[in-house]
Order: sequence, then C-alpha cells, then structure tokens
Amino acid sequence: MKAWAVSTQDGNTVLSLTGRLDAKNASLLLQEGLRIIAKTLTPGLILDLEAVDYMDTAGATFLCLLENEAEKKGIEKFSIARLKPGFSTLVDMAKEVRQADFSAQRPETLSFVESRGKSLLDALAETKEFITYTGEITLALFQSLLRPKKIRWADTFLVAERAGVDALPIVALISFIVGLVMAFQAAIPMRMFGAELYVANLIGIAMVRELGPLMTAIILAGRSASAFAAEIGTMRINEEIDALTVMGLDPVKFLIVPRIIAATFITPLLTLFSNLVGILGGAVVITSMGYPFISYYDQIASFVSWGDLTGGLVKCFVFGILIAAAGCIRGYQTESGPSAVGISTTRAVVTGIVLIAVFDGIFSIVYYSLGI
Amino acid sequence: METVIRIEKLFAGYGLVPILENIHFDVFKGEIFIIIGGSGCGKSTLLKHMIGLLPPISGQVLIQGEDLCLAVGDDRNRILQKIGVAFQSGALFGSMTVLENILLPLKEFTRLPDTVMEDIAWMKLKLVGLEKNGFLMPAELSGGMKKRAALARAMALDPSIIFLDEPSAGLDPVTSASLDNLVKDLADSLGITFVIVTHELASIDAIADRIIMLEKNAKGIIAQGTPEQMKTNTENPYVYNFFNRKIEKGEK
Repeated sequence: MKAWAVSTQDGNTVLSLTGRLDAKNASLLLQEGLRIIAKTLTPGLILDLEAVDYMDTAGATFLCLLENEAEKKGIEKFSIARLKPGFSTLVDMAKEVRQADFSAQRPETLSFVESRGKSLLDALAETKEFITYTGEITLALFQSLLRPKKIRWADTFLVAERAGVDALPIVALISFIVGLVMAFQAAIPMRMFGAELYVANLIGIAMVRELGPLMTAIILAGRSASAFAAEIGTMRINEEIDALTVMGLDPVKFLIVPRIIAATFITPLLTLFSNLVGILGGAVVITSMGYPFISYYDQIASFVSWGDLTGGLVKCFVFGILIAAAGCIRGYQTESGPSAVGISTTRAVVTGIVLIAVFDGIFSIVYYSLGI
Repeated sequence: METVIRIEKLFAGYGLVPILENIHFDVFKGEIFIIIGGSGCGKSTLLKHMIGLLPPISGQVLIQGEDLCLAVGDDRNRILQKIGVAFQSGALFGSMTVLENILLPLKEFTRLPDTVMEDIAWMKLKLVGLEKNGFLMPAELSGGMKKRAALARAMALDPSIIFLDEPSAGLDPVTSASLDNLVKDLADSLGITFVIVTHELASIDAIADRIIMLEKNAKGIIAQGTPEQMKTNTENPYVYNFFNRKIEKGEK
C-alpha cells in the first residue's frame, strides 16, 4: 500500500489511497492520516478510494475513525468517494458500530461498600451450604453404618489404597526428617547438661501426642483432600453427579461416604506409621551420639503412656473425617468454568488445614482439662 | 478459480499409522467446502492437518501455496493469520469476556489503537448477532451463542479461510439455520473461504458448494462433487444412502 496522496480539488482536500486496506496497512497509515487531517484548512475533505482493491473490517473501522477525527476538527464536509460497491456494507456497519454505545452494556461495577457486603453475603451463604452438606454427610454416614452392606466397599478400599498405602513413602520421609531434625536441635542444648538421653522423652511425647497426627493430617490434606475435590469437581462439571441424582443414586452415599470411611480408617494407621518412623529418626541422632538403641527405647517406653498414644490416635479419627469431608464438600461445591476445579482444590486444602489446626487446638484444651 | 488450499498426497493420522491415505484435493477461493463422512472416518484428523495442529505422516498441506508445517516462527504466524478456526466446543477462553476473547488476537497481532480494535471486535460480534452479549462470560452463553462467539473470534483478524468443526452439532434447527445463513452471507459478502466438517444434511443442502466424503474402510475420499451430484450418485451405494438417509440391511 502506498502512503497518502494529498491534492486539492474545487477548494476541497482530496486524500487518495491505493492498494489493500487491512489491519496492517491501516495501522501504518493511521498516524500520518491523523496528522494530515489536523493540518487540513479547507472546508471539505474527500477520501478517494478508487484504487483500494481490498478492504476488511479493520480498514472500514479505520475509515470511520478518520471521519470522527475530521468531525472533531470541525471539517464541515467529509466524504468517502468512489468506494467499490462490495466495501460499502462494511463501512456502513463500521459506522453503525462507532455510533452505538456498547459501553452501556458493561455490567455495573460494585462500590467498595457494596463489594464488601456482597463478600459477606457470599461467605454466609457458603457457610450455610457447608453446614448443610456437613449435616447431609453425617446423616448419610450414620445410615450407611446402620446398613453396612449398602456401603460401596470396593470404592472404599480403592480410596484407602490411594490415600493410605500410596502415601506411605511421603509420610515416612517427612516424619523421619521431623524426628531427626528435632532430636538433633534438642540434643545440642541438652548436651550442655549431659542430658542428651532425655531427648528420647521429648521425641516420644511430641511425635505420639502432637506431631505424628498433625504431620499425617497435613500430608493427607495436601495429597488426598485435593484429589477428592478434583475428582468430585470434575464429575460435577461433566454432569456425572446430575446423572447419579436422576438415576436415584444419592451422590453423597455414592461418592462421599466411601471416601470418608476410607480416610477415617487410614489416618490413624498412617499416624502409627508416622510415629514409629519419627521415633526412629530420633534414634539415629541418639545412637550416633554413642548411646545404645536399647536405652533410647527404654527411655521412651517408660515415659510415653498408652494414654498419650490413644489420645493421638483419637484425634486422627477426627482429622480423617475432617480432611475427607473438606475435600468432598469443596469438590461438590465446584461451579462451572475452566478454573473451577483449581479453585475447589485449593479451597479443599486450605479448609482441611484450617479445620485440622482448629480441632487440634480444641483437643489440646479438652485433653488438658481431662488431665490426659 | 484461485486455489487457496491444496492437499497433496496426504497420509493423515496420529503416529505412523495413517487413517487416511493418499488424499488430494483443492479448495477454491470463496467457496463453502464441506468434509463429511461417518463417525471415525478421519474428518477431524484431516481438519487438524489442515490447520497445522498435526504434521502430515507424508504429503503436503499448502495454504495459499505455503506449507504450514515447514514454516516456523514469524512465517508460521503469518500463515496462521490467514486462517481462522472455530472449534466444535467453541474453545472460548473462560476467564475472559466474549469481547476480550475476540480482542485477544487483535491485541497480539495488530498495532491498531484500542478504540479501533474494540470497534472491530464489536463489528464481528454484530456480524454473528451477539452485539448485546459482549460483556458476558463464555459460561453465561448458550451452546449456539458459544459457537457464534467462536466464529466471531475466528474472524477477528479477517482471515481469508475459516475452518468450522461441526458447527451444527448440538444446535436446534433454527439456530443451526441461522448459523448457515451467516456462513453463506460471509462467504458471499466478504469472499471468505469456508472449510466445514459436518454431518448435518440440511445444512449441507443449504450452503455447500462442494463436498468431499471420507470413508473409514477406503481410508480416503470415496466421492466428491456438488450436493446434487452426491445425492444422485448411484455408483456408490454408501454415498447414495448417506445422502438419501437410507439404512442398508444389516446396518443400524
């Protein structure tokens, strides 16, 4: 496409263009065109398009923009001359679009106060939904436990394998490192008093009562609550949950109950494993300091009571229910859209961890009051 | 007639096993070219080869004389800007409004001022009849609207060739017919070439200039011609039955 050709005719400025008027050429010609219009002193301006042999929507829009500029400049007569007939519909449409005010359709944006209010309402509605689902799940769990034959045991065992057996390596790694690091850090100051062996008491009580259950629960929240949310969320998007509902199968019993039962039973088992590996981690440090393993073992066995162990395990049952329920409910709440499953997964993990922290606090207080 | 797409000795398929063997045909400027065939005959695979998503096992796909598969970098982008594709599901980006979906290619590939780009996007929406829905999110659109929005996005850069994958699938007859009219209008008024994969006989009758029919066992084109020629094709009973909606004995 050639640049603008400017001439005057009967007191009007004539601008001619030649060649293709497409997005690329329009953007090249625009600055110069606007400059020419700004400099025009004649009352009329004619755009001669006889030699334009191709025009697309970008070209037509470009012409309308020039017309607008000419109007703003105060040029009385602006006309497009000798346009090929095939292009005139495009130019007409471009003019229509330019005149239409589409911005009126733009959805209203909320003010600061309104958006806070909306967030609060959303949060309340969501809490209500969460409580409803919790109730529904509790009811379904009791009904299933009364009629255990109705539970989908094949699914339950599959979930137990994926969330439990498959999690053994990561639980082992984290617990071992926690036990090892804790023992190592504690041994340094204790050594000044010649009391390294009492590190065993520390490791034993901390792992069994607190860290074993907590580590396992957090790993499960990250690993399995997210998986539950993603699975159920994808099913929601694919209308599989709707399909279950119209078949008369309760999705809660079908999908959520097996996951919760599996999680409830594998969490304490994983915790036992975590306790053991964590204590072994501590043993590595203590034996490397020259103490025999049997002294470490005796120290723990004499100090950690059955009450400590069962206290930790009871917590785990509750954590298991919370993690699975958080994952399933968040998955169940999945809305449509490409990021919906991602959002549910994130919320499942966050909800899981928050619930674990809150309930861990509650358990600490209860155990303290009961003297356990 | 000017050839805009030329398929030469194409062996099409995934991996090394061809689904279609030794295909060749030309698509001419401004025509509505239909690819049909039973399920699993390789229509979508052929489309993927034509739009450069899948490299040919052997043979060539030439878009206005240039091989998309050999082109790299800017050359490839230049060829890709000549084509627009509307996918079966619409494939609109869910995190953007309909308007933003159409603005995306404009913003990436042109240097026009924002107001001009927005005008162009609104024009495309007006062309497909969605000028009242520009600020909606794709999730808020119905199936037919999604397809029309996808068509508007495919047209964003004023391509000379537009590929449509099953535009009528899942649409009611009225919406489907209005989409057909739209395609016909665009082909007539803007001279856009359309390559359409479809099953819809009503739609083929209404808009097709030329048709090729693929078949699974033949691994290739078993018939080609105008809708009239296809309907009266008595040489091949499969083609005849397909176009006249007859069921052969023993077939479901």
